[in-house]
Amino acid sequence: MVETRFKPGDRVKVRKAYPLGHIRTPFYIRGHSGVIERVCGSFGNPEELAQQRSGEPKQPLYRVRFLQKEVWPAYQGNADDALEVEIFQHWLE
Amino acid sequence: MKDNGNYQPYSYFQLMEVSLRELLVEKGIVTETQVSEEVEAMRKRTPAIGAKVVARAWVDDAYRQKLLADGSRACEELGIEVAALKLVVVENTPSTHNVVVCTLCSCYPRMLLGIPPEWYKSRSYRSRTVNEPRAVLAEFGLRVDEKTKIRVHDSTADMRYLVLPMRPAGTEGWSEDRLAAIVTRDCMIGVAVPRLH
Amino acid sequence: MGGLPAGKVEPTEHDYEEWERRVDALMVLLSGGKGGRKLMTVDELRKNIEALPPNAYDRMGYYERWVTSITQVMIQRGVITTDELGRKMAEIEKRG
Repeated sequence: MVETRFKPGDRVKVRKAYPLGHIRTPFYIRGHSGVIERVCGSFGNPEELAQQRSGEPKQPLYRVRFLQKEVWPAYQGNADDALEVEIFQHWLE
Repeated sequence: MKDNGNYQPYSYFQLMEVSLRELLVEKGIVTETQVSEEVEAMRKRTPAIGAKVVARAWVDDAYRQKLLADGSRACEELGIEVAALKLVVVENTPSTHNVVVCTLCSCYPRMLLGIPPEWYKSRSYRSRTVNEPRAVLAEFGLRVDEKTKIRVHDSTADMRYLVLPMRPAGTEGWSEDRLAAIVTRDCMIGVAVPRLH
Repeated sequence: MGGLPAGKVEPTEHDYEEWERRVDALMVLLSGGKGGRKLMTVDELRKNIEALPPNAYDRMGYYERWVTSITQVMIQRGVITTDELGRKMAEIEKRG
């Protein structure tokens, strides 16, 4: 079992890495900081499942909340507008 | 090939579908019955299922809390088949409007809403909802006040999302069926809000 | 795809044809849903869609991408072979 490292309210940063393969961490969010909104549970690693491997051990998955104005330089809208993305623990630091 | 009563040559992809299916049936992997039963089951999954969930949450506050805490379990309570769905329900309030997108592919709460609309899977919707939600919503005819904050949910992994819209004024005393009738698919994705007709 | 420039959202609806619905059904069954034999994951399906040529999105319809991807996974996993597929497609085309 992979230990769940983060809890709601924790501030996290999405790693900036651009490897090959099937990845469920969108390009646009890599390198950005946000706050853990909830722990979703642990699920098979999609990067491994895509390669016909088991995806075990399951990895903790979080919903992370980002402020839109911090993600997009030209963002137009309310200063509190948020973007909430599910991110696997191994992409967070 | 007879399709809708007219003889048409197969397109390359239609040919692939028939061939794949026949090979899989020959190898005992699926049966034609399984395929047609699943086609029928999927046809019966329409947004009316999601609307029923919304209507119940509107009339029963305890249910609403359960829905927000554990979406899949709350749906099962209403006898809805959820299978592997991990549902997160996000609630619209006077100060917050929610909208759902899948930028990476087309993840969607199919068990509650059926097959997603073509536009949900489009390049435009998937690219622009995350960084210009107000402009996208305006294209759907929905103007969100500057003072209302918008939460965009990108379904990037195992969770699926349903927007719980606000119950409109003027619906006091309505039955659940009458309430469900004004909850459209687009309200549960977040590009519309329920309107009284 | 998020955040890339793109045009206006056209609120298109599509009435799905039977063959498209069957592709959807095959995806469910082959991923282990509804009593189907689990022979692939949605992750493999997505990986193969991502591997389609860059203009696939504009040239191919949604279920055309899916049927291509499912078929690729079946070949990758050895459930069917390229040869079997080729012969079957020729046979069906002749049969009509």
